[in-house]
Amino acid sequence: MTDLTSAAKAPFSLRTWFTRLERQDRSVVVAYLLIVVLIAAGTLFVTPNFASPTFLLQQLRQASFLGIIAAGQMAVILTGNIDLSISWTLNLAAVLATSVAAGQDSQLIPGLLVGIGVGVIVGLVNGIGVAYLRIPSMVLTLGMNALLKGATVLYTGSAPQFQKTPEFLSQLATQVLWDIIPVAVLVWAAISLLNIVVLHRSALGRKTYAVGNNEVAAYLSGIRTPRVIIGAFVLSGVMNALAGLLIAGNAGRSFNEMGEAYLLPAIAAVVIGGTSILGGSGKYVGTVAGVILIRLLDAGLSIMSVTPAARQIIFGLVILGMLFLYGRGERVRT
Amino acid sequence: MATSTQTVPPTERREAGRPPLVEALKVTKHFGGTVALTEASFACHQGSIHALVGENGAGKSTLVKVLAGVIVPDSGQIIINGQPSPIHSPADASRLGIVPVFQELSLMATLTVAENIFIASPPRNALGLVNRRALRQRTEQLFADLGFHHVDPDALISELPLAQRQLVEIAKALSHQPQLLIMDEGTSALSIHDVELVFKVMRRMRDEGRSVIFISHRMAEVKEIADTLTVFRDGRHVGSFPMGDVREDEMVQLMIGRKLEQAFPPKPAPQQRAPLLEVKNLTWEPTLHDISFTVGKGEIVGLGGLDGQGQGELLFGLFGLLRQMRGEIRIEGQPQRISSPAAAARAGINLALIPEDRKTEGLILGMSVSDNATLATIDRVTRFGLIDRKRERAAVERVIEQMRVRTPSRQTRTGNLSGGNQQKVVIGKWLLTEARLYLLHDPSRGIDVGTKQEIYLLMRSLADQGAGIIFFSTELQELVGMCDRVLVLYEGRIFRELIGPEITQENIVTAALGLNANGESQKTKT
Amino acid sequence: MTTTRVSSVSPVARADSPLRRWINRNFRLLLAYVVMLALLLLNVVLNPRFFTPPVITSTSNQAMTLVFAGMAQTSVVITGGIDLSVGPIISLCNSLASALFTESVASAVGVIVLLLVVGAVCGLINGLIVVYGRLQPIIVTLATSSIFSGLALVVRPRPGGFIPGWYGDLLTGRVLDWVPNSLIFLVIVVALVWIPFRRSRLGMWVYAVGSNEGAAYLSGVNVNRAKIAAYVMSGLFSAIAGLFLSASTLSGNATTGAVYTLQSIAVVVLGGTSLFGGMGGVAGSLAGAFSLRLINGILFFAKVNPLQQPLYEGIVILIAVVAGASRIFTVRNRLDIMR
Repeated sequence: MTDLTSAAKAPFSLRTWFTRLERQDRSVVVAYLLIVVLIAAGTLFVTPNFASPTFLLQQLRQASFLGIIAAGQMAVILTGNIDLSISWTLNLAAVLATSVAAGQDSQLIPGLLVGIGVGVIVGLVNGIGVAYLRIPSMVLTLGMNALLKGATVLYTGSAPQFQKTPEFLSQLATQVLWDIIPVAVLVWAAISLLNIVVLHRSALGRKTYAVGNNEVAAYLSGIRTPRVIIGAFVLSGVMNALAGLLIAGNAGRSFNEMGEAYLLPAIAAVVIGGTSILGGSGKYVGTVAGVILIRLLDAGLSIMSVTPAARQIIFGLVILGMLFLYGRGERVRT
Repeated sequence: MATSTQTVPPTERREAGRPPLVEALKVTKHFGGTVALTEASFACHQGSIHALVGENGAGKSTLVKVLAGVIVPDSGQIIINGQPSPIHSPADASRLGIVPVFQELSLMATLTVAENIFIASPPRNALGLVNRRALRQRTEQLFADLGFHHVDPDALISELPLAQRQLVEIAKALSHQPQLLIMDEGTSALSIHDVELVFKVMRRMRDEGRSVIFISHRMAEVKEIADTLTVFRDGRHVGSFPMGDVREDEMVQLMIGRKLEQAFPPKPAPQQRAPLLEVKNLTWEPTLHDISFTVGKGEIVGLGGLDGQGQGELLFGLFGLLRQMRGEIRIEGQPQRISSPAAAARAGINLALIPEDRKTEGLILGMSVSDNATLATIDRVTRFGLIDRKRERAAVERVIEQMRVRTPSRQTRTGNLSGGNQQKVVIGKWLLTEARLYLLHDPSRGIDVGTKQEIYLLMRSLADQGAGIIFFSTELQELVGMCDRVLVLYEGRIFRELIGPEITQENIVTAALGLNANGESQKTKT
Repeated sequence: MTTTRVSSVSPVARADSPLRRWINRNFRLLLAYVVMLALLLLNVVLNPRFFTPPVITSTSNQAMTLVFAGMAQTSVVITGGIDLSVGPIISLCNSLASALFTESVASAVGVIVLLLVVGAVCGLINGLIVVYGRLQPIIVTLATSSIFSGLALVVRPRPGGFIPGWYGDLLTGRVLDWVPNSLIFLVIVVALVWIPFRRSRLGMWVYAVGSNEGAAYLSGVNVNRAKIAAYVMSGLFSAIAGLFLSASTLSGNATTGAVYTLQSIAVVVLGGTSLFGGMGGVAGSLAGAFSLRLINGILFFAKVNPLQQPLYEGIVILIAVVAGASRIFTVRNRLDIMR
């Protein structure tokens, strides 16, 4: 085979640059472009305030809960798996944390530890089941979700629970610093920074992409693939637990079914952001874009008083539309 | 520009004036950054068994895939019996009578043999439902016709060994009564007996005026069956000759485009060596029994024997892939319990495995040359867990340079490289680990002659630097040419150890068949 | 450059008795039925009145919607895909039924046919997008599940509507005192819908695609048509599930179907069908669906605190899932575990 000699320098063309981008980068560009389009459309059709920093930051605050969950889900999806135990991990973590903290800031630390601990344990169980017992993640996390729901229902139903959140958590979820920046967004930003560094600059991140791409080859190259998988699930568990605490803080209390509305949007955000559902490729900033897109869409439709029915339909159509924009998966042939 | 020297083979002289059965004209095909075919031309006449030879990356597989409709060329024409016939899909090719058999089987593992063969148009009853009885009968008839008596039509493909799967694949192709059968390394796992059956069928086809394109690295088979030979190099047609008109070394020269150097690097004289690896009583039911041997520093130890005698499993076992394996392993005197490849590759043990299938086991095709090269040593180019890009780049460039990997850039997807270059990346990945014991599973399979030689030189140089190498090869020539010692496995045991001048093709084959030095059969089962 | 190949003579195929071979091939299916029978036994032990017509009928009725949902999911899983829109299609059909049914029999027939068409069309949409959009099934059906749920809400924003009593009785009653109509309905559906599909060329192609899509394509299988057919069948079975659900609840609700999506996946797994495709079938899913429902019966009759029931359900699903994976421990080459 001959190597191609480098082509003569052609004038820079936006279109060529765009088509030459790897799929994962292309999706990020499209996603952010769409955010701009949405903001513009929102300003024109919904309310002139749409583009104002106050409004946008408000939306970012709301989006941060989904964003934290999506960060964890992305890690799992990158390894070629999926985490369907989001809803009730979140829920159980919040319920146990508020119960232990009993509304007192002084009891905050034990409460937090218990909450995050739930996330860690769930992540470990999921990760070990998938990595060592080779149970398909879809099935295992589904079962875990059912189990956690049972545990939560049992716990909250059998005896009076303390559900009000300690002041600190409520502050964390709702407070706005200097009248502009919501603290929750800062939390999300910190987590995002961590994710970007780990996924794109660290050895663990490289191994994660390798495992998602071809687990056998990664394993035969000396990578401890079970650890990578378990790590991803533990991250997801912790993210879910953290999000649960914040969601409870936002509402002032923990309550059953608080996590139901987050599963599908989290997966959608990851996929809209350009991560392949099969694993092995995707950029974290894309996931962030996906979360913001979903949030802005929801906000806009809600302000326009669109019915829940129409909102669901639009949500589905948007996901499909974006996927078509990104270019499709490889056709399978030998 | 290479010119095509067409000499008309004997059978074809009779029908001068008749257009070739299949002709490819000026076919060009790019894959991402690499060019597989450059204005390649090829012609195969009726009633011919036409061998197509060339290094890997020469374009033979690409050309036949174009003919078979699996790949659509960037430019060029396909002409069937004088008529231009565009082929855009396997269905098109099939309609024109072209049927391929590739080394990658096109079988569905969870379906039965009969279902696989007639999947495209199974016999149906009046209700439009599949008639299972007719399906079975048709399969039995086909097998009877071909002489493949030992394959069970109702067996699931997943229940069959590789050799039988290849036979099913061949039968499936033949069931279409092709005008042109393409065999791309389709006999690699067959026994001698089965190869003869297939050859018989191919000769019958030829006598009926139909043709076969036969791609194989095995010169013995090629010489036995083909009447015409075409050589490809670097994506172009280099020459076509009647079989026997060209000598082997001339042909090899055409294939690699340069004078053939001595095939194997010189071997050092047999000598005492410090033991690097000591294996005692290694057992893994039911495949490996009581295996004991040593590998010294600087030694290349070959594994020989018939297929499936445990050679691959032995390599796996040493690399930590087998559970419930008993026995003792010592590396440099230290007993080791290796329970995973990660453990095997760890400092102190430093094993490396070049696996059998580079595309699915050795490389991550979707990732770049750079990412693949550092896959086993990524932890060594980090600082506080973060990748040090400078050190990573230096390591990758070292690999590309040392192994002479031909790639457009470090970021090229390894999936776009030729087979030889892919294997170089795999080996280079392990070189970075500074391993001291290399386990090689048929490293030169499906690799062009030039790269093979580079691999041989590398192996000897590693050995000279003190590494130990266990070299499992399915080519006798390689075992004879490269190894200081050869262990011939028979029924999961080391049947015979050959040292130095004892290593001859004859001795290896004899031992492989379970015959002792006197040629007598020996009962090894206790 | 002569090279000689040394290889053994091909072994004669092992002569295994047909029965043993069948057992080996269908091991997981057998396991699913063993589990179901065990649960049945447990039910009988806890509820001495189990083998009486009312209880048998009600057990069958409670399971039937899930049975059809499982059949829907099975169709798609065989191709190696997944269908997250099973639940929403059930909701949509249930909502439409509650809006369109009148007391008359003639209109009922029309409504039934319409609903089957709606289900098939939903499946067709899924199939077309997966095939021609070249997108992954999980994410396509995730999007369409949202769309179909939305449509259900448009039809039935609040629970209610009308389903004729005679229709409910027809599907949930019993004949000859002992035979539940729902079982008869199941037999009819399997005989007229599943079996013709399974034994057709298209049905064989669906398994081929799930087993090895690339190989199927090279072998001349119309992969696109097979995949689309699988999704259409899924939509059709989901519609049938919706029809049955309507008969048993006698009312329309745009969200009742949602829970069936994930449960249908559990049913498929319990039935021994591999999520990777290429094998398994409806027989296993039948056992899986009945097993899940029997668990509820056991919990009820064991007088387990209702609050604890979801917990036990979850535990049982987990145990089943882990048990299915237990073959891991018998695999002795670590590479095979991963593949």
